[in-house]
Amino acid sequence: MTKPLVSHTTIALSYLAWWMFWMAVQTYAMLHAGFDWETALTDASITQLIYAVAGYTMNTSMHAYQPGRRTAIFVLMRAIVLSIICLVAQQFILEQVNAKTPGYEEFLASTLSIRGTVGLLMMLLVAILTWFWVYVTERTETEQRKEDAMKLSREVELSQLRQQLQPHFLFNSLNSISALVGTRPEEARSMIHQLSDFLRGTVKKEDGKLVTLEEELKHLQLYLDIEKVRFGHRLRVEILQNDECVAHKLPSLLLQPIVENAIKFGLYDTVGEITVSVKAAMEGTMLHIEIKNPFDPETSVTARGTGFGLSSVKRRLYLLYHRNDLLLTSQQGGEFTTTIKIPPSI
Amino acid sequence: MTKVILIDDEPLARSMVKEYLSAYADIAIVDECNDGFEGVKAIAQHKPDLIFLDIQMPKINGFEMLELVENPPTVIFTTAFDEYAIQAFEQHALDYLLKPFSKERFDKAIQKWRSLQGGAPQDTTELLENTSLPEERLRIVVKKGNNIVILPIHTVHYLEAYDDYVKIHTKEGFYLKKKTMGHFEKVLDPKQFVRIHRSYLMNLQELTRIEAAEKDSHLALLRSGTRIPLSQSGYAKLKEVLGI
Repeated sequence: MTKPLVSHTTIALSYLAWWMFWMAVQTYAMLHAGFDWETALTDASITQLIYAVAGYTMNTSMHAYQPGRRTAIFVLMRAIVLSIICLVAQQFILEQVNAKTPGYEEFLASTLSIRGTVGLLMMLLVAILTWFWVYVTERTETEQRKEDAMKLSREVELSQLRQQLQPHFLFNSLNSISALVGTRPEEARSMIHQLSDFLRGTVKKEDGKLVTLEEELKHLQLYLDIEKVRFGHRLRVEILQNDECVAHKLPSLLLQPIVENAIKFGLYDTVGEITVSVKAAMEGTMLHIEIKNPFDPETSVTARGTGFGLSSVKRRLYLLYHRNDLLLTSQQGGEFTTTIKIPPSI
Repeated sequence: MTKVILIDDEPLARSMVKEYLSAYADIAIVDECNDGFEGVKAIAQHKPDLIFLDIQMPKINGFEMLELVENPPTVIFTTAFDEYAIQAFEQHALDYLLKPFSKERFDKAIQKWRSLQGGAPQDTTELLENTSLPEERLRIVVKKGNNIVILPIHTVHYLEAYDDYVKIHTKEGFYLKKKTMGHFEKVLDPKQFVRIHRSYLMNLQELTRIEAAEKDSHLALLRSGTRIPLSQSGYAKLKEVLGI
C-alpha cells in the first residue's frame, strides 16, 4: 500500500472547518437580516449539518467509481438527488424548530431556491474534489507499481548477466583435472580447490554489491590460476595496480568476464605465447582499468565486434550507473585494449 | 602398427588421451600438435591412420583444419562443446568424445573405429559440407601452395563455382576450395552474400551498379571493375535484398 497523499485526520478536520465556516457566514447574514441569535444559529447549524452529511454520502459513494466519462452523468444525477433531499429535510426540520419566530416561515419559503442552488453546488464541489483525489491516488499507485516492476526486472537482468558462467570453461577445467589425477594427483587436488573457490565466488555474490578492487583482483586470480593450468605453456598475465586504487569500489564480478574475453581473444586469435595485461589506476575520482591482449589484425574478425563478454559488461555498467561511456575498446597494431571506468561509489 | 596424431591446444587434454592410449600396445602416437597449422603439416608428413581432434583451437578450428587436408584420416573429435552443438556433426563423424570423458567411453570409441576398419571409410566431405561453427560465417580458410591463408569475409569479393571447387575471388586474386556453392550460401550471412546466379555468390558491399545487358538480362558491376552475370531469379533476389 502506498502512503496516502494527506492523512485521513487532516481531511476530516478540513471538512469540519469548511462547514463551520459556512455556518458562521450564514449566521452573520441572518443576524444582519434582523433575526435573533437563537434562530440564526439554529438555522445555520441545521442547514450546514445536513449539507455536511449529504456531502459525506456523496464522497463515500463515489469511491466505488473510477473517474470517467460514463460515470459523470451518474455523479451529476446523484448530486441533484442529494441536493433535493437536503432541501426537503431542511424545510421540514427548520419549519418545526423555528416555528415560533415571527416572519421565519416567509423567510424560509423565499430562500428555498438559494438553499437548493447552494446544496447542488456543494455536492458538485465534493464530487469534483473526490474525483480528483481518486485520480491522483490511483496514478501515484500505478507509477509506484511500474517503478517496482522495473526495479525487479532490472535485478533479474543483472543477476542473469552476472551468472553467465561459460560451460566450455567448466568442462575444459574438469578435463584438465581428470588428466592431472593420473600423473600429478597433488596438482589435481589443488586445481579442484581453485575451481571450487572460483565457482563459490561467482554464485555467492549479491547483486549490485560493490567490492574493493583488491577483493575483485583476488577473485580474478582464482580464475587466472585455473587458466594457467590449462594454458600455462602459452599464457602470461601481468597485473599492475598502485596502492591508491586498491580500496576503490567496483561492482562485483565485473573484471573477470573482461579478462576472460581478452584471454580467449588472445589465445584463439594467435599462435605462440601471449601476454595479457591488467592495469588499474586512478584518473581523478574515477578508477580506470585497462586490459590488453594481442591479436592478429590481418585475419581477425573478432576484433570488429566486442563479443558477448563485453556487451554484457557494458549492459551491466549501464544498469548500474546509467552511463554508456564506461566501457571503451580500441585497437592499435596487434594490440586490443578494453578500458573500463568506474565512477566513485555514492 | 597404427599411427595416431593428437591435435589439441591444451597439453593436459592431450596427456589425457596419451594416458588412455598407453593401454594399446599396437597404437603409436607419432605426433602431437598445438593447433591446426601444425596439424595440417603433421598429417601430410606422417599420414596417420587416426587422429584425435579438438574443435576449438587457435586461428582455425578443427573443421577448417580438416578442409585443408587432402585425403583426411579417420577422426575422433574430442571437445567440450555441449550436446546441442554436437548434434550438427555427430551423424557424419566416426565418433566424438565429450570432455571430460572416461576410459570406458574412450575404449568404446577405439572399438568402434576398429570394427569399421576395412569397411566403408568415413565421409569427410559430407561431414564438412554439413557442419559449420559461428566463426565460419566471418572467415574462409584456404590453402595457397604450402601456406594457409585466413580470409576475413569482408575481403572476399565474390565466389564462383568451378567444377568440384569454389573459386574465392579477392583483391589479391582467387583461391580454390573444395566445397559447394550450396555450402557457402548456407554458411555465409544472406544479407551480405547473395546468390545472384547458379555459379555466383556476390558480396553485396562490392556491388556498384546493376547494368542492363541484351534481352532483359543483367550484369552486376563490382568495385573491382569485374562484371558478373545475374540470372533471372538472382536478379529478383538481389532486388529483394536491396529493397528496390
